[in-house]
Amino acid sequence: MLDLLVAGGTVLAPLAGTFQRADLRIIGGTIAEIGPNLDGGALPVLNARDRLISPGWMDMHVHLREPGQEHKETIETGCRAAAAGGFTAVACMPNTDPPIDSREVVHSIIERAANLPVDVYPIACVSRGRAGIDLTEMAELADSGAVAFSDDGSPVQSSGLMRRALEYARMCQRPIINHMEDLTMGPKGHMHEGLVSTRLGLKPVPALSEESMVARDLMLAELTGAHLHVAHVSTALSTDLIRGAKARGVRVTAEACTHHFALTDEAVESSGFSSDTKMHPPLRSAEDVAAIKSGLSDGTLDAICTDHAPHAPFEKEVEFCTAPYGIIGLETAWGLTGTHLISPGTLSVAEAVRKVCVAPRRIFGLPVPEVAVGASANLTVFDATTEWTFTRENICSKARNTPFIGSIMTGRVWAIYNHGQLVKSNSS
Amino acid sequence: MDPAAPLTSLKHRHLLGLSTYSAPEIGLILETAREFREVLERPIRQVPTLRGYTVANLFFEPSTRTRLSFELAEKRLSAESVSFTRSGSSLTKGESLRDTARNIEAMKVDLAVIRHTSPGAAHFLTRCIEARVINAGDGAHEHPTQALLDLLTMSEHFPSFEDLRVSIIGDIAHSRVARSNIFGLTTLGASVTLCAPPTLLPVRVEELGVRTTSHLEEALDGCDVAMALRIQRERFGASLLPSLREYAIRFGLRMRHLREHPDMIVMHPGPINRGVEVDHDVADHERAVILDQVTNGVAVRMAVLYLLATGSA
Repeated sequence: MLDLLVAGGTVLAPLAGTFQRADLRIIGGTIAEIGPNLDGGALPVLNARDRLISPGWMDMHVHLREPGQEHKETIETGCRAAAAGGFTAVACMPNTDPPIDSREVVHSIIERAANLPVDVYPIACVSRGRAGIDLTEMAELADSGAVAFSDDGSPVQSSGLMRRALEYARMCQRPIINHMEDLTMGPKGHMHEGLVSTRLGLKPVPALSEESMVARDLMLAELTGAHLHVAHVSTALSTDLIRGAKARGVRVTAEACTHHFALTDEAVESSGFSSDTKMHPPLRSAEDVAAIKSGLSDGTLDAICTDHAPHAPFEKEVEFCTAPYGIIGLETAWGLTGTHLISPGTLSVAEAVRKVCVAPRRIFGLPVPEVAVGASANLTVFDATTEWTFTRENICSKARNTPFIGSIMTGRVWAIYNHGQLVKSNSS
Repeated sequence: MDPAAPLTSLKHRHLLGLSTYSAPEIGLILETAREFREVLERPIRQVPTLRGYTVANLFFEPSTRTRLSFELAEKRLSAESVSFTRSGSSLTKGESLRDTARNIEAMKVDLAVIRHTSPGAAHFLTRCIEARVINAGDGAHEHPTQALLDLLTMSEHFPSFEDLRVSIIGDIAHSRVARSNIFGLTTLGASVTLCAPPTLLPVRVEELGVRTTSHLEEALDGCDVAMALRIQRERFGASLLPSLREYAIRFGLRMRHLREHPDMIVMHPGPINRGVEVDHDVADHERAVILDQVTNGVAVRMAVLYLLATGSA
């Protein structure tokens, strides 16, 4: 446990949206005192002058690759990347090997993350082996620590199974997260269907393959009264459908990935077919990006996440069609949020922080940490104004598949503190 | 500077596609190809132009005529060349494209010609090696030397690309030949019509500056050049087309069409499915310039190799 004086910073209470100039004295991992100009005595000092302090953030959609694909990432390296990105918690997707469809795998992940400064919350499978046929033992998985259910990249195709999954998950008080895709439309497509895919001759994935599944699942959520969470919303119509469902009172929440508001499908061409512009759902059109931003602004889209998807260089640095889908995102999440949402005025700093701190935990039914005397110190130290260039040296993940190397970003993370551990962002 | 003024060298290091080539650059390649075309008519069909240069032909997808055409072009220019042929994707068949290319480059080559199933493979290659890269077909993206030989062939029959009416008939969605021709022809001012069943027309293709139709008669109305594309048999049953028979009836070029359009020429990038895209007699008709295309292919590839090898970009 590192005792610490966080000096000179401004504490942001994201829900109230208030800013208060205050120092924090942290003893034994707990906030012992809050106030202006505290005397830390001999305590080590974290200088937070001109910086903001908020309750620690959570990325609700990451791939930690462990167990089974440790050559891409491990729980430890993924958490190192999360800490560098300002996250004190992550929820990890179940497309591991074996998949997270048993109590034993849930336990092993929680155990392996036990001493890390980042809390790891496993998301378990909807169906055994993510095969889309039989339901997992959701009640036991929930009791073991699974915070939600998802078959992730192998989305539930059967409408019948999805209905039963939603009904059963309601009993377990956990959301079902669906990666929305009708796999019969644009099977094995490589990029968004539009003018750019037509120019480049890449196999297209139409927006409708996502939207038609969003429409189906919203109807199923309405029918069952269960909590549906829509993963990585990427199109304008998906956003509209969710907005309408929320207005009707459907229990639906939704997230947007940082790359889906930072880049368009043009990036595939301008990067010369770089596989770091290949992900699922794909980078969409400028109209879709605008709709994602307005969905974040009006609250249709609750959370900002990364879909951090590490791949080894030998897998990703190949020709476009052969490359696996996905990019890493933890280290760039806040910089992209600042650059593309806060600087242009789409979100205030407090609104943005709510989407990376409060919303994910509420979706999972987890307590939201507080910056208060007597509370466990779970903090993110950041700002929304520093301009910096993201370089390969800023990457803490085992992987390096990102299209943002060399990008200038506004807003920087400086450190996190959680479980008595201070992790300074290596960008500092 | 007058943008229409003739160039003396290319502004590009590589030929990855025609989408980024300007009209003067395409004009320079065609003009150079005409000179090499004349070499091909001589008793000794070889020039020492690229003596001392080494070219690697990297064919990751089966190809007969394009590979032979490049190899012959290299020999006619007196370049040294090595060829590599392998089918299948890199990850399933051992060594990656990157490693293969870097190994071949370690043997010191000046130019690399690449054919690959993945769109963008030629772009990827430029990031792996220092040599100049020529795209010999990357998936459904581009096949620029095919389009250039098509342009050269058209220019032998028509005085200008301005107002030239070209109809491309067939599987536009999956065709690199169509894409490169669309880019090249629209850059030169020709008017392009695409004719295909709606399932084989990619979305928003009209925004590339072309007209589309699904009726052959409409495509041939006022048409100077009818370019039929090879229809891949794997498209049938993939919910893109019901049958070869129905395709041939609605989209096949027949003698009737040649009679109705007495000034129209017929082109095809080969290999031909006789009786499907073109009738047997149409393929052998004097206004079918399919073999001229093949001859021009060697000249165009000589021009591209020469201009890139000696270019300063």
